[in-house]
Amino acid sequence: MAKVLVVTSGKGGVGKTTSTAAIGAALAQTGKKVVVVDFDIGLRNLDLVMGAERRVVFDLINVVQGIAKLPQALIRDKRLETLWLLPASQTRDKDALTEEGVGRVITELRKSYDYILCDSPAGIERGAMLSMRFADEAIIVTNPEVSSVRDSDRIIGMLDSKTVKAENGERVEKHVLVTRYDPARAARGEMINIEDILEILATSLLGIIPESQDVLRASNVGSPVTLNNPASTPARAYLDATRRLLGETVAMMVPTERKGLMNLLRGRRAA
Amino acid sequence: MSLLRLFSSRPAPDPAPASAPIARERLQILLAHERSMRGKPDLLMQLREEILAVVSRHVTLDPEKVIVRMERGRNVSTLEVDIELPNELEPKLAAAG
Repeated sequence: MAKVLVVTSGKGGVGKTTSTAAIGAALAQTGKKVVVVDFDIGLRNLDLVMGAERRVVFDLINVVQGIAKLPQALIRDKRLETLWLLPASQTRDKDALTEEGVGRVITELRKSYDYILCDSPAGIERGAMLSMRFADEAIIVTNPEVSSVRDSDRIIGMLDSKTVKAENGERVEKHVLVTRYDPARAARGEMINIEDILEILATSLLGIIPESQDVLRASNVGSPVTLNNPASTPARAYLDATRRLLGETVAMMVPTERKGLMNLLRGRRAA
Repeated sequence: MSLLRLFSSRPAPDPAPASAPIARERLQILLAHERSMRGKPDLLMQLREEILAVVSRHVTLDPEKVIVRMERGRNVSTLEVDIELPNELEPKLAAAG
């Protein structure tokens, strides 16, 4: 049965879009049919991170308004046969997104996809609300930083009250994904540690993505990090998180780069 | 001195105390408050508005002379409303009271 996942955070710049692309690609690699949907109307970026920015013809708003049919707006990934993108609109105003329209699109996507990943915009406005409205599960992307943890808590409150599932007395399954984590700084007490984040948010952990240059490198070239450099530390962490999402039990650890002497001498270029 | 430290097994003294525990403490206090307030009007804000409404029934308030301070603690919160009243208003106040 199809699963609708929202990737959300409240705060901007914590890694929602990167995580949507990385997990979407990792899910598709397992053979699941996956669509990633950009809800950031007016500020779309998932197309760029996925490397599909020059192939956008129609978008979510066009489909909601009936200007285009859903299959016309869906873009198939060039690397993975089972990965698709539904881009956000870049120009229209975000009021064009209606609950009824989004509901129709999600219902239609449910018929032909295994996973529907909704990339939420930052904030708690309409786009963010609608991206979580029909979710079965939520990935709350959190940085180990006070403002991000606070906003995640707010979003968790909304997931528990403003979603269709919550209104029907059911629960949206929630997972925290900690991104930009630096284990060394956390060990020195300079960064909130994982245990504290989980205790404060009282939500289970999906994965820990270490701070890494590979994330920027992947978005520079328009490829999800899990495809661009699967052996890199963030990619391995995303792949582990994806396996947990699929129900596997995977030991929780932060992948670290092996800093061998030769690597150090080469300025760590070999990583 | 730093040369000696290179050869000693003792780590260098921490230049700054760990800030992460402070972050945790601040978040715990703040989120306990925010969760209790979710979906409800802010009690302290409501108190502030109603107190000012009562006072302004008797005297004309100069908004610049009203200072409201709030302090949210783990167990108690305080609301401090400091209203400066011009002296010439006192007889009116007495008459009103």
